[in-house]
Amino acid sequence: MTRIYKHRLFWPLVALAALLLACSIKRPDILGITVLDGHLFGAPIDILRNSAPLLLVALGMTLVIATRGIDLSVGATVAIAGAVALTFIASSDQPGSLGTALGAIFVAVGLCFLLGCFNGLLVAKFGIQPIIATLILMTAGRGMAMLITNGQITTVTSAPFSSLASGFLMGLPVAAIIAYGVYLVVSILVRRTALGMLLESVGINPEASRLAGVKSKTLVFTVYALCGLLAGLAGLIFASNTMAADANNAGLFIELDAILAVVIGGTSLAGGKFNLSGTLIGVLIITTLSLTVTVLGVSPLVTSLFKAIVVIAVTLMMSTRLRTMLAGLRERRRFQEVSA
Amino acid sequence: MIASTPQQRPTAATEAEHQPTSPIVQMSGITVEFPGVKALENVDFRLFPGEVHALMGENGAGKSTLIKALTGVNQIASGSITVNATPIRFSGPADARENGISTVYQEVNLCTNLTVAENIMLGSEPRRFGGLDWRSMRRQAAVFLKRMGLNIDPGSSLGSHSLAVQQLVAISRAMVVDAKVLILDEPTSSLDTDEVEQLFAVMRQLREDGVAILFVSHFLDQIYAISDRITILRNGALVEERLTGELPQRELVSLMIAGTSDATVGQVIERNVVSARKSDAKPLLQAVGLGRKGAVQPFDLELYPGEVIGMAGLLGSGRTELARLLYGADKADEGSIQLHGVQAKLRTPRQALGHKIAYTSEDRKGEGVIGDLSVAENIILGLQAARGWTRPLPATKAAQVVDAYIKALGVRPANPQALLKNLSGGNQQKVLLARWLATAPKLLLLDEPTRGIDIGAKTEIMNLVSELAEQGMSVVFISAELEEVLRLSDRIVVMRDHTKVAEIPSSQDVDVPRLIEIIATGEENT
Repeated sequence: MTRIYKHRLFWPLVALAALLLACSIKRPDILGITVLDGHLFGAPIDILRNSAPLLLVALGMTLVIATRGIDLSVGATVAIAGAVALTFIASSDQPGSLGTALGAIFVAVGLCFLLGCFNGLLVAKFGIQPIIATLILMTAGRGMAMLITNGQITTVTSAPFSSLASGFLMGLPVAAIIAYGVYLVVSILVRRTALGMLLESVGINPEASRLAGVKSKTLVFTVYALCGLLAGLAGLIFASNTMAADANNAGLFIELDAILAVVIGGTSLAGGKFNLSGTLIGVLIITTLSLTVTVLGVSPLVTSLFKAIVVIAVTLMMSTRLRTMLAGLRERRRFQEVSA
Repeated sequence: MIASTPQQRPTAATEAEHQPTSPIVQMSGITVEFPGVKALENVDFRLFPGEVHALMGENGAGKSTLIKALTGVNQIASGSITVNATPIRFSGPADARENGISTVYQEVNLCTNLTVAENIMLGSEPRRFGGLDWRSMRRQAAVFLKRMGLNIDPGSSLGSHSLAVQQLVAISRAMVVDAKVLILDEPTSSLDTDEVEQLFAVMRQLREDGVAILFVSHFLDQIYAISDRITILRNGALVEERLTGELPQRELVSLMIAGTSDATVGQVIERNVVSARKSDAKPLLQAVGLGRKGAVQPFDLELYPGEVIGMAGLLGSGRTELARLLYGADKADEGSIQLHGVQAKLRTPRQALGHKIAYTSEDRKGEGVIGDLSVAENIILGLQAARGWTRPLPATKAAQVVDAYIKALGVRPANPQALLKNLSGGNQQKVLLARWLATAPKLLLLDEPTRGIDIGAKTEIMNLVSELAEQGMSVVFISAELEEVLRLSDRIVVMRDHTKVAEIPSSQDVDVPRLIEIIATGEENT
């Protein structure tokens, strides 16, 4: 019993369950899934679909954080991906064709990959502190997106492209399939190859890792590049959802949500050991929170406060220091009883 | 060294007679557990005011754990601690410090980016008008530094000083709070002879002032020079507590090492020196005019298979820097390296690894250990780094390698899943050796592999070096202990002031005094 209680994902899972419980008390039928036209519908499916962009971003963020880094530029990258893809479609002759949509996806993701490489270069090659290095793109990125869209909110119509967010495949939302598919692939890649171990090694002790022959710089570069690429994918899902490239608001503050998800999932910002399943639960908690807020009818004015309380509760329960303090209190009480 | 007769310590005996009847610290039945490791079991320990009490034991015996149990770093599973006859349990080093128990740990735990004065006064900063009184801070710090006989600018950054000075600063810091109990966990491991004397002078003064000093050191001579009482631990259990004057060195060592008879203690395979190299042998590595500004003056060096090159020199003489150049840990800015007669690029550790060169750093904690990874992961790290991340080592192969080396080197606990940070210093060192041996190196650069570890592990490591050389490996062995260098080496390279001053074959007319002379004068011919 105590073992379950001590598992590092115990409290995040409790929080997730509590949120879902709160929803279903208010609206008992909310967790039900219905089949309509061969597609699945319902709140759980909504959560899966809505969590897609955040999951992609948080996935990359986890790996970056494992190397003692951080990537603040993912929100801007999301905006750039949307701007590039939609501008590409808008300027093409046949905006509705599949080829155009694929071209847009390819160009946007490719550019975001390059932006990730730029971050990686600054951090790994030039040794700039990650928070500063990625701050550059965080601020400049939205400007770039503005430039691409000419300061307009570009709206386009392209059935193939919009199916990224609203389409269904085998009854499931395409966005969820992409995000969770990528998540699965990366998880397997990280643990089946030596990438996970080497990343942790670099995050725990960079100098010892270098002297052990680990190519720390290449590894660090790679995770930033990957993080950029994943943020690009997330940006496409965002853009396809609205079919409008909003350089100012697309992916706004998603970097903070992603960092939050990583932390809730039990990965330390100090780097080293990371936990992808924890990140997944963190993402689900944050996405479910939005649903809970709506279902419970929490006033939009205090929504962010409500979110903050949940997050504080989870992180506090996971804090090892708080746990040892509590354990120490218990110990001390026993000790006083004994000596008295 | 071990066979020497017990030294008479009249002062210790008389002090022992005058000892107050009640100990200042009394620990009874202490048990401490870590995940996968039982670090201490039912240990008693007491400490009297005005004495230097040495805590002895091999690596993993539980010395550091006992200290951490006392200061509240480690939770104790059972047992009791009393200070001045009052039961107490500290919540951490800060709490212990406030109650007059100051600790200086084995590894210097200071902030290298702060000034010396800030480090010393941290936690007891003089304040004025709600802010820090910087001038007073520097002035007070200067007083403590003077007491340690240290003549450095309190306003200078701590990181700009040598490890030895940092250690003395750490001790100054411990004395700020008018400590009744001073715990010194291997304070001397990075100090040279003069600095040790300086430290001992301070310790004697403190002893006279009635401070109780708990002293941990692996240098037997130092233990007999300074301590009044000795407590011996072995494998997490108490062996005995004795007055130093009544415990001969030989007996002390045999009490520390379980299952080894007196005959094997300190015995190292006598190497069949010089004959190892055949006259027609080709050098494995040839360095020509290799150097790096501010680190090592250009030097020539040839390394042969099956040969142990000993490196002697003081701390900071350039011995470490030389090894780092051969490994590519630092880039050489002049000269060249040939491997098997072919020009080779050695500009990164990874390239050196590719050429089957391995290097263990003297800074185990900072540059060797990946503390939060398991023993198994630490062992396969070198192999895996050489393969790159895309080609993971097959699980069965990895387990095989890990088990083999844990067994061969006697890593304790023999649990591959234990986190490396929970192992003792000597066992961490064995794991690091395993990491390199697993890569089957042709050239092994060992920088102070025996520092801060006990005699048993030292002997094991030295024997291992002999065996490896016999199997044809070329070994560079750096050690501050000249006896070790003399015993192991075929040739000895002497470093002085960042310069290679001598290279002499190890023969009968080379002994410790001779080496010291060369180190001191830098002249080979006298």
